[in-house]
Amino acid sequence: MKNWLKKNGKNFATYAVVIIAFIVMQVLSNAGVLTRSVKGYLIPICVYIVLAVSLNLVVGISGELSLGHAGFMGVGAFTGVVIAACLKGVIDNDILRLLLAMAGGGVVAGVAGVLIGIPVLRLRGDYLAIVTLAFGEILKNIIGNLYIGKDALGLHFAFKAENLHLAEGGKKILEGPMGAAGEKLATFGVGFALILFTLFVVLNMVNSKEGRAIKAIRDNRIAAESVGINVTAFKMKAFVTAAVLAGMAGALYGLNFASVSATKFDFNTSIDILVFVVLGGMGNILGSVIAAAVLYVLPEAMRSLYDYRMILYAIVLIVVMLMTWSPKFKQMVQIVTAWIKDSVRKLFKKSGKEVGLNEER
Amino acid sequence: MKKDNYPKHMVEVTTTNLMREQDKGKLPVLDVRNLGIDFGGLTAVDGFNMTIGPTEISGLIGPNGAGKTTIFNLLTSVYQPTRGSILVNGIDTKGMTTAKVNRLGVARTFQNIRLFTDMSALDNVKVGMHNSIKCGFLSSLLRLPPYFKAEKEANKRAMELLEFMGLADIADVKAGSLPYGVQRRLEIARALATNPSIILLDEPAAGMNPTETEELMHQIRRIRDTFQIAIFLIEHDMNLVMNVCEGIVVVNYGRIIAKGTPEQIKNNPAVIEAYLGKKETD
Repeated sequence: MKNWLKKNGKNFATYAVVIIAFIVMQVLSNAGVLTRSVKGYLIPICVYIVLAVSLNLVVGISGELSLGHAGFMGVGAFTGVVIAACLKGVIDNDILRLLLAMAGGGVVAGVAGVLIGIPVLRLRGDYLAIVTLAFGEILKNIIGNLYIGKDALGLHFAFKAENLHLAEGGKKILEGPMGAAGEKLATFGVGFALILFTLFVVLNMVNSKEGRAIKAIRDNRIAAESVGINVTAFKMKAFVTAAVLAGMAGALYGLNFASVSATKFDFNTSIDILVFVVLGGMGNILGSVIAAAVLYVLPEAMRSLYDYRMILYAIVLIVVMLMTWSPKFKQMVQIVTAWIKDSVRKLFKKSGKEVGLNEER
Repeated sequence: MKKDNYPKHMVEVTTTNLMREQDKGKLPVLDVRNLGIDFGGLTAVDGFNMTIGPTEISGLIGPNGAGKTTIFNLLTSVYQPTRGSILVNGIDTKGMTTAKVNRLGVARTFQNIRLFTDMSALDNVKVGMHNSIKCGFLSSLLRLPPYFKAEKEANKRAMELLEFMGLADIADVKAGSLPYGVQRRLEIARALATNPSIILLDEPAAGMNPTETEELMHQIRRIRDTFQIAIFLIEHDMNLVMNVCEGIVVVNYGRIIAKGTPEQIKNNPAVIEAYLGKKETD
């Protein structure tokens, strides 16, 4: 029991925080406390949590700075919208349609991840960052110029509106720079399930042979090679897994709004996600979850301060960075965590399972 | 490089009978033929020939900058040789990656320690066992029974290896925070975890005090005897080299200047010259 807690305590805490947050939000929402605008944040928060956790796999665990994460999100979003539109009328169950759209978004984003990963993961450091940034923009621009229509014959793809050649009764799904008309299929429950799925995949991956290999490559590439680890293959595994998860989150995002356009998935979004990861702590999954939720809400909550909100956002980022470095703050955190651990231990003691542990404090 | 720098009286490199009795007639674990590498116009290693039997402990010595670590890097495919070939258990490693050469059975440690500093000592060894852990990606992701079985076995074996190197009590300590001598031993444990047939130790005693070195000598012999593998080591500590190695190769300026048993090497004029310089006679 003690060993298990020591080994899995952190993962356990991560799941617990997410589940508790979900239950609290559900209860509040059912009680009618939440305003419409707050309810509107719930799904984007889920999406950004998944994006932050998946990017953490690349940046924090695998140690490669990727600046094109929003590109994969965009690929997933538009794939999801197209799939959902195609399945309309075929599958009546909205949730099932949403799940299929998310799965499809994940697969296509994963394929994009493989194609981009093959050339990109041969690079290191700054070069990798530059090239992923470029690929993110390329993905965005391809989507922004792509026209997809559906008619009786099936799907039509074109890069110009007039080349689409839709038959009678055909419908445009994606209209280049105009974006796509989505449907509001996303629900908070599915978003929560996606977070759990992401945590399950990422945490299990990190705590396995694969995760050890990936961390080994991050810590010392030459040594990792010398013990027989195929460096490119494992960087690829982390990169593609992250792309798949980002694609699924993107599909959820795309199906949360009446319309989505490619400009949403630009460099700024990639940087936002990176900020969540950096502020939450590199390789710290729970940190990513919390940072994504808090930092997404923050600018929205400060809407009333309109003109100053970006300044305040920046100040908050700076303060958090300074605080986490200060020894005094670290000490405070230690005291708090010790207190939590203590109360957890006491809880177990009360139930009579742990008797031999130290009595006082 | 000036040709004059080479010792004039090169000792004839014979195919000496250094092989241990039990290795005779067996395929050598390492067979290096006429190995050489140029970095631009500089010939770093040239004409390097040697064979190592399956359970031999051999040493590679030479003055600073002689090309010893370069030879290790060639043997592990960190560099690709310009000339010559390397056969590991009879298989030519030409064009292979370091990881692939390791899977053939060559493990190594590094002169400047390269541990996975953010991971525990136990995890470092488990990374070394990477290729022997039989558990697919899906089983790990979905936590299927093969995962638990493989992890349990890996834990057990990793602990055995740590115990063997006398590191059992620091299994959970972060590798980066361990003392220097312990890190060196942990690196050996990690190399052993890859199931090698030969292990290359790059200055294993560097930074160790005489007591630790003494202990290391026993450990090196124990590794050979327990795992029945070959050991090839670079070392500047002559006490260790002369006591542990059965065969010694001396290099200078990237070339072999002598080969033989410790006794032969001690009295070899070319070696003495390489280390101490030439007596002025004229």
